[in-house]
Amino acid sequence: MAFYDSLFDSLGLSEWCGTDTKGGPMTMAELLAKSKGIDQAETSLWDLPFPSLDNLHASCNAIPRTRDMTSGVEQFFLDIKSSLQFVLDPLTQPLSWALDGSLWLFVTTPWWLLIGLTLLAVQLVTRSSPITLLVGTMWFFLLFIDHYTFAVQTMAIIFVCTGLSVLLGVPIGIAMSKSNRLQRGMIPVLDMLQTLPSFVYLIPLIFLFSITESKLYGIAIILYAIVPVIRLTDLGIRLVDQDIIEAANAFGMTARQKLFGVEIPLALPNIMAGVNQTIMMSLAMVVIASLVSAPGLGVLVLRGINNLELGVGLVSGLCIVILAILLDRVSKATLARVNVAQHNS
Amino acid sequence: MMTANIKVSIKHLYKIFGSDPKSVLEQAKSGVGKTELLDQHGHVLGLKDINVDMRDGEITVIMGLSGSGKSTLIRHFNRLIEPTDGQILIDGVDVMTFSEEKLRQMRQTDMSMVFQKFALLPHRTVLKNAGLALRVRGIKEAEADAEATKWLDRVGLSGFEEHYPHQLSGGMQQRVGIARALTSNSAIMLMDEAFSALDPLIRTDMQDLLLELQQDLKKTIIFISHDLDEALKLADHLVILKDGEVIQQGEPQDILLNPSDPYIEDFVSDINRARVLRVRSVMKPITDTPPSTSGEVDFDATLEDVISHSDGDTSRVYLVKQDGKTIGTICMKDLVRALVPRAASDEGIRSQVNAA
Repeated sequence: MAFYDSLFDSLGLSEWCGTDTKGGPMTMAELLAKSKGIDQAETSLWDLPFPSLDNLHASCNAIPRTRDMTSGVEQFFLDIKSSLQFVLDPLTQPLSWALDGSLWLFVTTPWWLLIGLTLLAVQLVTRSSPITLLVGTMWFFLLFIDHYTFAVQTMAIIFVCTGLSVLLGVPIGIAMSKSNRLQRGMIPVLDMLQTLPSFVYLIPLIFLFSITESKLYGIAIILYAIVPVIRLTDLGIRLVDQDIIEAANAFGMTARQKLFGVEIPLALPNIMAGVNQTIMMSLAMVVIASLVSAPGLGVLVLRGINNLELGVGLVSGLCIVILAILLDRVSKATLARVNVAQHNS
Repeated sequence: MMTANIKVSIKHLYKIFGSDPKSVLEQAKSGVGKTELLDQHGHVLGLKDINVDMRDGEITVIMGLSGSGKSTLIRHFNRLIEPTDGQILIDGVDVMTFSEEKLRQMRQTDMSMVFQKFALLPHRTVLKNAGLALRVRGIKEAEADAEATKWLDRVGLSGFEEHYPHQLSGGMQQRVGIARALTSNSAIMLMDEAFSALDPLIRTDMQDLLLELQQDLKKTIIFISHDLDEALKLADHLVILKDGEVIQQGEPQDILLNPSDPYIEDFVSDINRARVLRVRSVMKPITDTPPSTSGEVDFDATLEDVISHSDGDTSRVYLVKQDGKTIGTICMKDLVRALVPRAASDEGIRSQVNAA
């Protein structure tokens, strides 16, 4: 006898509800009630239960329970899985290749060559000797404490994922800045991607792809990290001085000339700020992605947690901080150079 | 004045801002006022029945205070703003019939524009900024640079080619803006309050530069200004705009002497008339044998020149010469009278208004 029995009786729906056959797994409430042996006969208004799915189900079998809903979602996902895989698998296969290739390249390159090239690139991009020196020192520290290979794996993943995020995010941001409708549609999606707990990304991906495939964590990282570069590209292009856009129109520039000659160069400081954020977010995600077999420093962190190896966890955490500092300083210095080049009085 | 061809002509131009401008066009045409249109129909009447002819090789100044619609009007010439109704004829061709592609071509080759806030590309050098119009047209980099260098030199910026705009002062930035417009070699130049953001002294310099360039180049310049001194100095043809309507247009001297509207009278009362008015506007055409004269003055001299010439003696009479020929006389009494805004021209206004 449940609280809402009389409601269904008075509505004449008891037939539709069907017989009182209990089937399927028990709900938590049922389990509790059973174990405590509580009889639900007398309920006053004070104890009025909210007409939730579970409570209604107690009176009427035709109404599904909450766990039927979650299993429904699961079932739906399983139903579309094969067709989704059919489309997504070949589409995302290059990502696996890129990640595997990049990992192989970074790891097999001898340490002295890789560090030499890195320092050269940093010097060229930032034109700042202190930063190059900082990067060099930190690399040697990582080498010294034998965390170099893990760090390089992490870097290889970030390298690919950030590159793809920029490659996809900038055009999406540009499209958003050109169309108010697209912007209105995209913003909730971006909000969701940014607020969805990072672990939740992994759940549907584990269903879709084999855990041995590197694209699994690649997609998770890209989805998480692409948001800032899209947002800031959109913002940057919308913030381009309208007077200059007007001048470009007055001199008869085509949409293409305007985009590449005016809008993107003037939005570059904002786009670069977005790239900086994207790098930092992919670093955050690459650690979590070690749960789904992403190699790198995250694996050590995970080991620290799983085996309660405090030292391993803390030291690898410190190494992640070092990587974060390197990436942040280098990308900020690049951003500063872009800003100086077009400082607008 | 000179007989010059009409280069740009605006006929019955209306601009209404609002959700559905076409719906209230008929009311605006039938003379519903600006406030009524806003209150009852929620539309703003930006420009109302504008008719202006701009002649080849002249500077037409469109003057009005803020909100008068002058900046809206200048953006109609190259259709940065689309009119609600009316025609814009350039060399007799209606710009409104142009396709997007043709319009872009016209903006590239026939018209250039100078902006109040300069609107230079901050990430390009002065040289590249000046050559913008040519590069947009697809002309080779080297050729564009050569042409840009030439015009930068002409506006007094040689040596600054490799600087970035933010390294230059406001006046110099606007020189780049002018060089950019000149490099495009277009016959028509639109100048939207081009000198308003500059210091008074720099502004005078730039006005002189513009007049000097204009003597050689004879472009059709449409200049927007809110400054009457500037307008009188530059204009061959002056158009005064108020609340989106042309309230008077004509030769600047003529407007100064015969303002047709109390609003304009207000405007012109603050002007240093001695410096702006010229002998030709005040003189009397030669009638019979000239009476005893104290000397000769040029027909284009300002009244200020004549006053300093006369040492303040109001009894003198001068012969007015144009290219060595005597074309009239000016007597100091008329001259002094012309310096006082109302008293001297009172009769003139009344009779003109009544006649109109």
